[in-house]
Amino acid sequence: MPIIERDEGIDWRRRTPRESLVRWFGWLLGVAVFLVCWQRISDATTWFFVWDAPRIADDIWTRATPPRWEYITQLGRPIWDTINIATLGTIIALFLAVPVAFLAARNTTPSALFIRPIALLIIVSTRSINSLIWALLLIAIIGPGVFAGVIAIAIRSIGFCAKLLYEAIEEIDQTQVEAITATGASRWQVMAYGIVPQIMPAFAGIAVFRWDINIRESTVLGLVGAGGIGLQLSSSLNVLAWPQVSLILLVILAAVILSEWVSAKVRGAII
Amino acid sequence: MTDVTLEAKLGTPWRKPNLIQSPALRWTLIIGSILYLIAAVSTIEVNWARVYEGLDRGAQFILAFTSPDFTSRAGDIWAGMLESIVMTVAASVVGIVISIPIGLGAARNIAPLPIYMICRGIVAISRALQEIIVAILLVAIFGFGPLAGFLTLSFATIGFLSKLLAEDIESMDKVQAEAIKASGARWMQWINYGVQPQVMPRLVGLSMYRIDINFRESAILGLVGAGGIGATLNTAFDRYEYDTAAAILLLIIGIVMALEYLSGIIRARVQ
Repeated sequence: MPIIERDEGIDWRRRTPRESLVRWFGWLLGVAVFLVCWQRISDATTWFFVWDAPRIADDIWTRATPPRWEYITQLGRPIWDTINIATLGTIIALFLAVPVAFLAARNTTPSALFIRPIALLIIVSTRSINSLIWALLLIAIIGPGVFAGVIAIAIRSIGFCAKLLYEAIEEIDQTQVEAITATGASRWQVMAYGIVPQIMPAFAGIAVFRWDINIRESTVLGLVGAGGIGLQLSSSLNVLAWPQVSLILLVILAAVILSEWVSAKVRGAII
Repeated sequence: MTDVTLEAKLGTPWRKPNLIQSPALRWTLIIGSILYLIAAVSTIEVNWARVYEGLDRGAQFILAFTSPDFTSRAGDIWAGMLESIVMTVAASVVGIVISIPIGLGAARNIAPLPIYMICRGIVAISRALQEIIVAILLVAIFGFGPLAGFLTLSFATIGFLSKLLAEDIESMDKVQAEAIKASGARWMQWINYGVQPQVMPRLVGLSMYRIDINFRESAILGLVGAGGIGATLNTAFDRYEYDTAAAILLLIIGIVMALEYLSGIIRARVQ
């Protein structure tokens, strides 16, 4: 900590002048970058519409309330589809994520030089692309419908589940594994009795956590045609049926809150 | 003498304990999940002929990754990417700046009850609505363009960061904060010297993580007209230009990986 000596006495400062200069320039640069970005957004915006926004928002609000409650009879099947997309997608993802995680974890990978990077690549590439994009892609390949949604959710979740799982595998207690190995167990037996019991709670937690996220994501997959309640949302939006839109949004909100509650309860019970 | 069996001599063999102790609960869960799976799978209509036809296109798409076409739509890709990055930067800055006061307000050990309730309400609303739904509404209100995307991402950032920041503040070490208070600090000084140093490393880490998420999300906002690379990507899929789509996906993966690497370095430095 620098001390500046003055006539009146010693002055304590947190940083040296050089440090504060560097910091000051850092902030300046940050602000400049932000302003440039804002300028670009502002250029691409039709400000007339923005000034008009309160009126439009008010207009939409009056159109959307009250929600058309009787439309709920048509939402049963889409909600069932949405839940199926999330659940089946999560199950498939978990089946695929387990081997990937074992290949990616430093302590279980057969080859840290060749196989681990491939496993990490699978994790990064499936994780960095949103499920909506996977859905778009799969619709172009296998056609619209619930099936495309299930596969999109599954692919998207592999990376997420495998990443958390391989971190859990890397953190296991090595002494237990050694104890099992010392009994003369084979590689698979070591895995089944030394590693799997240790990561089971983490695995269950990850599964429920991802299921919760997948319920959220599957509600909007229909926007691109991959089934579920998003399909109804998209068609209602297209015909500007705002009372239906508001009802669908309420249903989605309820589903999201319910799934979060379920996942919190289950995780609380496991951990 | 003849009654002694081999079993009795050896004792009962050890068996792996079941994950769920009570047999009734275990079988209910197993049968219940099997029934659900049958019901779920049977309601998914898969048009296998369509899937089979699509396999060709799927193969084409995978092959496209080996020869991505960055050049023929370079202008569109560049403009879309730039818009995504601009939206990410601006929204992250605004979101982080707003989420700090809301995060302080949502921490029970700092904020009085009325403010706590209001801030928790904001966090709950922001977290319950997915980005894409918010984007649809904001596009309807503010018109097409990156402004809607910017507002969506800012809004989503607030919910995410405020919640985690508030949780971090709630679990901070009280002793330090009290020591600052005992020195006669004003409220601002108390926050600055008692609370901020404790939560700063985590705040920086979370902010970096959120920038990463914002970029990924900005890639899909274009699907509903809220600006960014999503619109270009959607067009590429619609026109079956898989080589261009592959190029865009590779760029997204590359940027996400770079951001993750960068955030890893920054997090390691602040912690």
